[in-house]
This record gives sequence, structure tokens and C-alpha cells, in this order.
Amino acid sequence: MLTQRLLLSDRGGMIVLGLIVLMAIVVPVCNLLVPSDSAFHVSTYTVTLLGKFLCFALLALSVDLIWGYAGILSLGHGAFFALGGYAMGMYLMRQIGDRGEYGHPVLPDFMVFLNWDSLPWYWQGFDMFWFAALMVLLVPGLLALVFGWLAFRSRVTGVYFAIITQALTYALMLAFFRNEMGFGGNNGLTDFKDILGFSITAKGTRISLFVASALMLILGYLACRYIVTSRMGRVIVSIRDAESRTRFCGYKVESYKLWLFVFSSMLAGIAGALYVPQVGIINPGEFSPLNSIEFVVWVAAGGRGTLFGAIVGAFSVNYAKTLFTTWSPESWLFVLGALFVIVTLILPQGLVGLFDKLKREKKTESDNSEESTESKEAL
Amino acid sequence: MNLIKQAHQFSQRALPVRDPNFGKPLDTSHGPILYVEGVTVSFDGFKALNNLNLYVDDGELRCIIGPNGAGKTTMMDVITGKTRPDEGSVYFGQQIDLLGLSEHQIARGGIGRKFQKPTIFEHLSVYENLELATSADKRVWFTLTRSLSGEQKDRIGSVVEQIGLKPELYRPAGLLSHGQKQWLEIGMLLMQSPRVLLVDEPVAGMTGEETERTAELLTSLAGKHSVIVVEHDMAFVRSIARQVTVLHQGSVLAEGTMDQVQNNPKVIEVYLGE
Amino acid sequence: MNTTGQPRTHIGRLFLSLLLPLLLCVCTTAYAQNEEALAEQARAIAQASLMKRDDAIDALTQVAHPRVPVILSALLEGNLYSDDEDENRILIERADGSLENALTGESLGTDIDTKRIPVTTRMRTQIRNILARLNLDSENTQTRYEAVQRMIKEGIDENNVELLKARGEVEDARLVNETIESALALYDLQSDNERVRLSAIKSLRGSLVGETRNELRRLRDYDPVPAVQEAAAEALESIQTKLEFYKLVESIFFGLSLGSVLLLAAIGLAITFGVMGVINMAHGELMMIGAYTTWVIQQLFPDQIAWSLAMAVPAAFLVSGLVGIAIERGVIRFLYGRPLETLLATFGLSLILQQAARTIFSPLNRSVELPVWMSGSLQLNPALSLTLNRLYILAFGLIVFFLLMAILKRTSLGLKVRAVSQNRSMARAVGVRASWVDAMTFGLGSGIAGVAGVALSQLTNVGPNLGQAYIIDSFMVVVFGGVGNLWGTLVGAMGLGVINKFMEPWAGAVLAKVLVLVMLILFIQKRPKGLFPQKGRAAE
Repeated sequence: MLTQRLLLSDRGGMIVLGLIVLMAIVVPVCNLLVPSDSAFHVSTYTVTLLGKFLCFALLALSVDLIWGYAGILSLGHGAFFALGGYAMGMYLMRQIGDRGEYGHPVLPDFMVFLNWDSLPWYWQGFDMFWFAALMVLLVPGLLALVFGWLAFRSRVTGVYFAIITQALTYALMLAFFRNEMGFGGNNGLTDFKDILGFSITAKGTRISLFVASALMLILGYLACRYIVTSRMGRVIVSIRDAESRTRFCGYKVESYKLWLFVFSSMLAGIAGALYVPQVGIINPGEFSPLNSIEFVVWVAAGGRGTLFGAIVGAFSVNYAKTLFTTWSPESWLFVLGALFVIVTLILPQGLVGLFDKLKREKKTESDNSEESTESKEAL
Repeated sequence: MNLIKQAHQFSQRALPVRDPNFGKPLDTSHGPILYVEGVTVSFDGFKALNNLNLYVDDGELRCIIGPNGAGKTTMMDVITGKTRPDEGSVYFGQQIDLLGLSEHQIARGGIGRKFQKPTIFEHLSVYENLELATSADKRVWFTLTRSLSGEQKDRIGSVVEQIGLKPELYRPAGLLSHGQKQWLEIGMLLMQSPRVLLVDEPVAGMTGEETERTAELLTSLAGKHSVIVVEHDMAFVRSIARQVTVLHQGSVLAEGTMDQVQNNPKVIEVYLGE
Repeated sequence: MNTTGQPRTHIGRLFLSLLLPLLLCVCTTAYAQNEEALAEQARAIAQASLMKRDDAIDALTQVAHPRVPVILSALLEGNLYSDDEDENRILIERADGSLENALTGESLGTDIDTKRIPVTTRMRTQIRNILARLNLDSENTQTRYEAVQRMIKEGIDENNVELLKARGEVEDARLVNETIESALALYDLQSDNERVRLSAIKSLRGSLVGETRNELRRLRDYDPVPAVQEAAAEALESIQTKLEFYKLVESIFFGLSLGSVLLLAAIGLAITFGVMGVINMAHGELMMIGAYTTWVIQQLFPDQIAWSLAMAVPAAFLVSGLVGIAIERGVIRFLYGRPLETLLATFGLSLILQQAARTIFSPLNRSVELPVWMSGSLQLNPALSLTLNRLYILAFGLIVFFLLMAILKRTSLGLKVRAVSQNRSMARAVGVRASWVDAMTFGLGSGIAGVAGVALSQLTNVGPNLGQAYIIDSFMVVVFGGVGNLWGTLVGAMGLGVINKFMEPWAGAVLAKVLVLVMLILFIQKRPKGLFPQKGRAAE
């Protein structure tokens, strides 16, 4: 019953999930077992790159859940992503121990550099993985809870909400740039050594992180599916389509938005936490408003309102970014800018919509009751 | 999942739901179910409602007419919690002060509203539209984890027959005809099992036959529910009305049966000019 | 749209541009007569014997010519030379070692054999006094003020007391007069007579001259007479209160100045966002285009820096306005009624424009020169000076604001804009070409962004990221003030500017910004629709 609801009725999603599972199996095999001179060998660099993409896909999922389904455009999801990343980064910093440049047993290098003599209270506990993992969920979640409560309660919607979330991440960026905040200022947190006792640069750790990202993505996907196929999912869609009508049906719209927003922020936090050990650094640049708006364009390019579309979008846009930035870094901003315009003007349903349209044109005569995948799954 | 549960419990504590004593039977011992008293709403100096007084009895079918800008829609906004008046009070039964409640609380409490423009959820099917409106627990956690009970599903079945949309049950609501959308919206109102129905221009844009069926539907609802209809179409009002209220410039101009109202010189002046 | 907005400023500038050469002309003829006298007296100094040289100096002082103080200070510093080959040619050595003609200031290079014209200590005192007097009698208030300030710094003695007293008799500028009074009182503080000291303290009670406080502190702590000590302490306190007051005024000024920048950035947005309901994330880049236009104009006419702004304002309005119209016609018109999509599309455009600026003008910042009439500051009293460029931009912001108000209220374009923004289909039904109005409105908003860019270029460097720094702030202003209300934008901009500047001293610039954002988010709780919300049917 639940499998039917979560998977079988969602063909596109099944294909995408299948590909991710396949990737999670094939990539490690090709990296570890295939000799490095073989054509089928996958370099560790590529593993890390794909691992990054998986994190981005999870992040895109979180954006799609609130934008595609509830119609809430958050231009501040980078903040949740970065906060999750910082929570993980703090754990990784504490794991360095006395192996830093200054060799202080407890304090991270940048604190020694700033002449701090003890660990600030908010750094306590981050030497334990479970605590850091909890914070990865709680910190973004709490911020989303407080911020969302304030915003939704006073019925801040649409572009207002978008702009205020952008201001939120902007404010956090400014704050994290300050050395006094105790998060490494400009440079952020970096030079990590170990995670859970394993060297962070080791091949095995890289592969494990990659597989963990794939697993989290699949889990995240299923959780989102569970939400959107539940009665709550339909309430959310109706909030998107006619908010005030939903209110008059007796739903407390604010609560729905709030909890969805909190859940989404936690997903973004998890994505950030998996991202940081793979790229080896977290700095305030992750809070930049440009980042957050880029996430939105992944979702738009993939196809919002379909969960797997977000994953498709995250992968394809980031792949394009990798291609373009190696080819000519200046051109990327032109491409990205053009992508924003094209997606909104020509492809409002993204790649998934385009694919659906092509498919439909192919077999228009055979079945005239074929609607979008959306309405199909609703039955 | 456990975490979410905890978070939810926290929310219940942190954000108390101020549901009034809707569990108790509504006290309508004095007759009226709805008291609108001395309500004034002004927008930038313009008084949309001006010391409006209106009483609606339990089970009554009341028609409200009036020229454009008379304050009909604003009155509905006030009753359903969308607009807060500057002055006055609105009571539901003897005890429930509607002015302290928000839209969803008023809706859960038993006042349903149909909008002027049919607003249904176009991306959802007819069934899902009715499912959404069903009077079930509408808190986040329950909608996430529970589906409807068999009883509630049966109720959807009976309402769908009542509004004549059974053949369309699984079609997206966006594909319905204009009249069907209006009925669907009335159906959604019924799913809420409200005590009071506020119906804004139910027959706008309907064919003659559709209008007739709507009139039948509304008159059949009166008695069990109190129905307040705002309408421009005089023929339609005449066909269903027992009690008519005429609004003009934000307050009540006349009240009575259709005949009394139509012969009232003040009403004639407002409608026909000098 | 240009024809409605610009002519008034044009006429003003035209008037000025006719007047200024005329003034210059009058002055030059006056100087021409003195040219010969100057040459003669300068030669006299070079050729006179040491004994007679002080007479020659006095004679030179009688010549009314702007080069006289220059020559005298060169003589004072020992930088005045005569040419070995042509005794009649007098030269001045500049700070970098090169030479210039003492009479004309014309540069002569370094390849000349010269002979220094010697000065004695007695001559130095004489020249100092002459220079001080010359400066004290200068026509420029600022020069007079600075001369008095310099005397105070160097210490007042019997010589300059006389000078100051003489000047005080005739001085009519309040600022200079007060400073002279302070200077004389400071001199009196050194008197042995305690009565004189007491009355000096009394007259120093309101003095804001920097040295006063040091002197008063000295008296408070070390004066042998307790009454004097007491009076000094009291005077110090009253000065302190006064200083705090002026500090407050200064903070308000800085706040208003920031506010005026925000206002310039936000009113364009208020039109596109408030009136048309279009979110234009490329608004900052339209400002950037305006700023670059200023830079390009200065590159094209490097000799006309004073006039570059006069050209830049209409040019930037046109360039940004046209880019705006292109954006509206090319992208936005397909997205009306879909604000979130508009937001994303215009954000994409902003990326493209930024990158284009990087490609065309390089990623480095360009600096725009400040015209002379905008540099410097307005000295209101020794504790308060307002920089001219900020003052002008404040005025400019208000002018643009009221012009725009007038356009919206008085012109037919304004009427049409308001009609379309309130009811699109109705406006179309009565014959308004809605799409034309959209394009013009958007062009107007964008043009104002360009004009804002011109103003910004006078405060900061011009670079590809110029617009980004202001876009969030200006959106905040519009949200704070209430959408669709220009007065709200004015109050919002000035309010946010002042709040920002007031918090900066104790919170630091970054934290102040963060706090303002937090406050704004909380403010929206109380007033979700801003300070001046729209009500009723228009609000839906």
C-alpha cells in the first residue's frame, strides 16, 4: 500500500531513484575495484564531484517541496544549507584536536590566532558526532521555526517572503563574516582531518560519504513523497492554488506552511552537513544570496512541482556548471543568467515538463485522457 | 519520525490553538444564530460598512441584495474573519465572539463561505476537493498521518450525488463547466457541515436550467442550515427568498418579504433613481 | 518620458553655463591691470639689497593679485629663486623639485640654473604676519576660518592678537567671528590677572574650538585660583553638552545622507514594484549602468570634470531607461501576474549585466572624479562640518523624489500609470495603451535607477558589484514604507538611513545592518503592509 503510494504511482521518480541506486553501486565499484588505467575507472575526484551533486539534489528537493508544492519561494535556503554545513564543520574542527598549526589541544587554529583563551559556549558538545548531527537538524529547523512563525503568522507571502528570506541569508552572511562570531570569519572552517575517526581524504571515506549522500537523497525523496501524497500534501497544493479558500475550509494555513518550511530547512541542513566533509571547507560565502537563488533555478530548470524534477535539475545544471567553468569561467554567469530567463519564459515546467510535452506529442492520438503526471498520481 | 512528533508536541504547547468551545452545542435559544451589531468598517475614510445591524435566525434562508458598493462582500469578510471591523460586534449563537477568531477557526466552528468567483482547487480532482473540505481533524499532524475514515468517505459519496457531480468524481476540478464549479463549491461547503452558509452570487453566469437547480439546492438546505445568499439576480431572489435584507451604503435600508421590500419607496429610490 | 522629467534641471544648468564664463571674463580683466605691477614688485624683491627687501615685500603686498600669497609663502619657505641667465625671471621650486614661473604658475621643468633669494628671520616674521593678514582678509570665508584655526594651533601671541582684533571689528561671517572670539579668549587665559581669566572662561563657555577643551582642562586641574578652576569645569561641561548635540546633528546628517542614497535607489523600485507590481532584481544593475555612464563621460571629456555630472544625469537616465525598456519589452511583459517568475528572470538578467560589465570594463573598480564644486565641506562651526557631496546628493535625492511625484500626479503619463496599476482591463477599455504605459513606466523607474547610479558614483567606486550592495536595502525600504506609496518610500528610506547610522557607533557597521534587518522583520509583524498600507479593494 505504502510502496504503491510512494513509488509505483510515480514513474519518473522511480526511474530517477533507480538511477541513483545504480550510481551508488556502480561508482564505488568502478572507483575501488576497476584498475586506474581502465576506461571504466572512476577517479576519486569524480566520486567527490558526484557526491556534491547528490547533496545539491537533496537541497533542490527541499526547495522544490516548499516552492513547487506550497508555492513559497524561499531565497534563503542557502542559510539552512550553510548552517547545517557549519554544524558539521564545527564537529570536524573539533576532531582536528592538537594537530592544528598552533597545536592547541582544544581551540581551533583561528581562535588561537584571535587570542581567545577558551572555547565559546556554542562550540561545546561539537566534539561528539551525535550532538553535531542533532544540531545539523535543530539549528536550521529552529531558525526556520522562528523565522517562519513570524513571517507566516503575519501573512507575509509571495515576493515579500522571497525578499525577506533573501535578507535573512544576507544578514547571516554579514554576521558570519565577522571574526567575533567565532566561526572563523572570512576563511570559515577548513583543514579538516578526520570524520568518525577516519581520515577525511582517504579513498574509503570519500566513497562512504558518497554512498551516505545517495542514501540520504533516497530517504529524503521518500519522505517528501510521503508528505505530498498524504492528505497534508493536498492541503499544501490547495494553499498554493487558493490560499484564502483553504483558510475558509478550516485549515490553519500558517501551521501547514510553517511545518513544511521547518521540514524543508532540515533537509537543506542535512544536505549542507553531507556537503562540507566532501568539499573540505565551509565559509560565509555559502550564505550569499546568489547561492540561494541558484538553488531555485535548479528546481525551475528541472521542473518544479515534481520531486524528481528537482533532482534532474540539480544534476543537469551543476553538470553544465562544471563543464562551463572548466571551459571558460567568465561564460558561466552569462549561461546561468540566460538559464533564469529561458526557464521562466519558455520552460515553466522545466526539463520534466519539456519531456512530458514531447512524449505527449508523440502519442496524442492514442490517449486523450492523459494529463500531466501530477493529476495522474492524484488518482 | 519521533523527532517530528516531539516537534509537533512542542508546537502544540508553543502555539496554542485558541479553539473556542465549539464542542458544545451552539446556544441559539434566543432565535438568531448570527448577530451582527453596529459594525463599521472604513477604508481610508470611506465607510464600507456603517453601523450595520443584522440578525439571522437558525435555519433561516436570508437573501441580501443591494447595489454595487453597498457592503455585501465586506459584510461577509467581517463574518468570516477576513476583515476586522473598526467598531461593532459579531456573535455566533449567544456566546461565541467571532471577532476574536481567525478564518480557519470560524470555518471549523461552522460558518462556511462560497465566494463570488468560484474558487475551487483546480489542480485537484472533484473527490480531492471534497476531501479537503470534509469536517475531519484539520491539524497538520493528522492530515499527514491519517486518511479519511469510511464514514467520511461515504459522506463524500452522498454529497457528490446531492450536487450531481458523480460522473465527474475523478476529473480535475479545473475541467468542470462554470455551473459545475459553483455546485462543487457548494458541495465543499456542505462537506464542512456548517451551521451557517454564506453564499456570494451563486448563480452568476449560470444558464436558466442551472439556476433553477441551484435554487432547489439552496432551498433544500434551509432548515438544517442557516443560509445567507447575496445575489444580484432579482428573479432568482424572488424564487427562493422568504426574508430579504436590502443594504445601501453600508447599512440596512429595508428588511422584509420580497413584496414588502419591492414596494418600499426608499428601496425604489435607491434602485431606480429619482 | 525624458521630456517630462528633465527640462527644468536642463534650464538651470543652461543658465549656469552661460553665467560662469561671464564671471570669469570680468575677473580676468581686473587682474590684467595688476599683472604688470606684480611683475615689477616681484623683480624688486629679487633685486633689492637685503636692507631694502622688506620695503619691497610691503610693496608687493599692496598688489591685488592671486599670486601674491603664493610668492610670499615660497619666499618664506626659501623656495623662491631668480633665473641665473635672466635676472628678471622669478621662479618657484615646487614640492617635487621642478620649477614654475612665479608670476604665472606655468611649469618650467628642472633644467634651469637658479639662485635662491635669501630671507632673514626678521623678514620671516614680517611675511608670516602679512600672510596671516592676507588670509584673514581673504574673500573666502573658509580661508579666513582656516587662518584663524591655524593661528590657534600655533599659539596666539601679541602679534596676531592685534591682527585678530582688527579683523574681528570688520568680520561679518558668524563662524569666523566666533572663532576669533575664542582665539582672543584663549589668549586671555594665559593672563596673570584672574579676572581676565574668569571672563575669558565665561566667553569660552560655548566655544567648540578643539584647543579650548585642553586649555580649560589645564585650568581646571592646575589653576591656582579655585574660582577659576570651578568656572573652567563648568565651562567644560557646557561645551561637552554642546558637542554631544552637534554629534547628534552629525549622526542625523549621515543618516539622512545614507537615506538619500537609499531613497534614490528605492524610488525607481517603488515605481516598478509598487505601481506595476513587478519585482526587478536587475534594478541594482541599472544603477550600475548609470554609474558607468558617468565614468565613461568623464573618460570622453577629461577636461570637463565640472560639467560631467550635468551631462551624466540625463545620459544615465537615457541609457538605463532604454535598457529598462528593453528588459520590459523582451522579458517582463510575458510575465505579468507572475511575480515570482519575474523575480527569477530579472535576477538572471542582473547576472548577465554584471558579467557584461566585468567583460567590458574589467572586474576592477573604476573611480569617478569628484568635481571641484562637490568636494570640500560646509563648515557650520568648529565641531560640525557637512561634506558637500553628501549634501548635494541629499538635495538631489529630494529633487528627484518630488519631480517623480509631480510626474505621477500632474502629467498624463502619471495618470495613465495610476489607471493601469489600479485596473488594467478598465484602463485598456477607456483607450489607454496599457503595453505602452508599462514600457514607459518601467523605463521611468529604470531611468531613475540610472540617475541614482550617477549619485552613487560620487560616493563610492564604480564596479560591477555596485548595484548588488544596495538592492536588498532598497527592497527593504519599499517593504518598510509600504508598497505603492511614494511617501512611504521617502519616510522608509530616511528612517532606515538614520536608524542605521545611529546604531553604528555602538554596534558596528555590520551588526547594525543585521540588527536593522531583524528589526524590519519584527516590524512587519506589527504592520505587514508597511508604514503606509493600501486598504480596501485596491489592497487585494
